[in-house]
Amino acid sequence: MELSPFYQELISSLNRGLLVSIALIVPSVLGGIVIGILAGSVRVFGVPWLRKAADGYAAIFRGTPLVVQLFILYFGLPNLGIYFTPYWAAVVGFMLCSGAYQSEYVRGALLSIKRGQYFGALSLGFSGVQTIVWIIIPQAVRRALHGCGNEIIYLIKYSSLAYIVTCIELTGEGKTIATEYFRFTEVFLVIGVYYLVLVSIASMILKKIETKWHIPGFGLH
Amino acid sequence: MPQDVPVLSVKNITKSFSGVPILKGVSLELREGEIKILIGPSGGGKSTLLQCMNYLVAPDQGQIWLDGEEICITKKRDVYAYRRRVGMIFQDFNLFDHLTAIDNVAIALRKIKKISKKEALIRALKELEMVGLADKGHLYPAELSGGQKQRVAIARALAMDPEVLLLDEPTSALDPELIGEVIAVIRALANKGMTMILATHQIGLIRNLAHEILFMEQGLIVERGTPGELLSRGNPSRTQGFCDRLNELYDEN
Ligand SMILES: Nc1ncnc2c1ncn2[C@@H]1O[C@H](COP(=O)(O)OP(=O)(O)OP(=O)(O)O)[C@@H](O)[C@H]1O
Ligand SMILES: [Mg+2]
Repeated sequence: MELSPFYQELISSLNRGLLVSIALIVPSVLGGIVIGILAGSVRVFGVPWLRKAADGYAAIFRGTPLVVQLFILYFGLPNLGIYFTPYWAAVVGFMLCSGAYQSEYVRGALLSIKRGQYFGALSLGFSGVQTIVWIIIPQAVRRALHGCGNEIIYLIKYSSLAYIVTCIELTGEGKTIATEYFRFTEVFLVIGVYYLVLVSIASMILKKIETKWHIPGFGLH
Repeated sequence: MPQDVPVLSVKNITKSFSGVPILKGVSLELREGEIKILIGPSGGGKSTLLQCMNYLVAPDQGQIWLDGEEICITKKRDVYAYRRRVGMIFQDFNLFDHLTAIDNVAIALRKIKKISKKEALIRALKELEMVGLADKGHLYPAELSGGQKQRVAIARALAMDPEVLLLDEPTSALDPELIGEVIAVIRALANKGMTMILATHQIGLIRNLAHEILFMEQGLIVERGTPGELLSRGNPSRTQGFCDRLNELYDEN
């Protein structure tokens, strides 16, 4: 069966957009996790001034709309002589926003670990850092996994905001076609299916990790 | 039997929490093979004392000597090294929740003593055997009973070859039918000549194991003596009164 010219163009545009979306999502997810772990740990273990700085970062990026953050990154920062390409403006914006949310999950997980776990380790001669590395983080990771996974799934969807800074990804490509052919319903239904597939794949990977890292007593299920 | 040089000695420990004095100058000495038992009313400062003795809680004042060497709390490395030589057993076990029983015992051997994985596991298995849990090594803390958890905790502490063991109410969080298995392990340690200080309300341990009983109240050791001195019938000591009440409690149950 031959696809109609409209669908041929739609699918090839969306596939092009999909690649851009993936190129946005993967580094944003990884960057967000790294920032989240660093900021979350600092918010729990940091010296006071550092802790306040990390708290402030999280408050600002969780407290303002992502659209506003992207606008400032792309249209505002050039006034200060800082220029981003559309792609990098989007990636940096997503990383910072996602990192703020991830830090919240990491922080919650770290705080949920009881004092006794520190006592147990310290009493054996672990240093503070060794305790955190060998005892606290492996437990916190498991506690944070579910929330962090959720945030990754949000990120996949809010990556569609990249078109705001003229980075044309999946949604942006679809929008162009929809406007051209004036067939919004079909186009956005197909875009929806693309995101659904992305999210399903991400969920599957997350589920695999959760199962692999499952330990009795860390009730995720 | 007790010798002359104290293994662990503690002088004039004081500690306040937010201005409230909890320890008001506590001193004691543990000689090799000696077993001291801390008793006294709840809130008297037994746990705080034991935690100060391991620097898990920093004492406000006071000195600690191990084998005649003063441990300087400001030197972190010295404190870590000191803790390796002084084992601690907690009321609520504090097993590492993300590790199996055998890894709980092995992890400090590997990460702190830097023993190879294989040798650490061999040693850990040996310690688990000693507490009767050789077949439970693969289970996680969430899969163990309270008594089993406490026995793993004891194995974990012993794997470090401590010179002294501090035990803070090791049986208080256990169901009555599980207390016996932990007591048996403590008795076996006593028979091997382990130096121990033990906070407990187990009347049997107090009577049979203690070389000296320390009665602690409001941050001070208010009475000390051998079970023979303090627990003879009709003795007006605080210890005797306290143990009578413990006895009544157990008789009622
Ligand atoms: N971290 C802390 N912060 C504030 N107060 C504390 C802290 N730890 C202990 N205390 C207080 O110190 C007092 C002594 O507590 P501690 O646990 O040492 O008593 P205890 O003799 O072990 O009692 P129990 O028999 O109930 O275990 C209590 O009043 C307790 O509330
Ligand atoms: Mg106590």
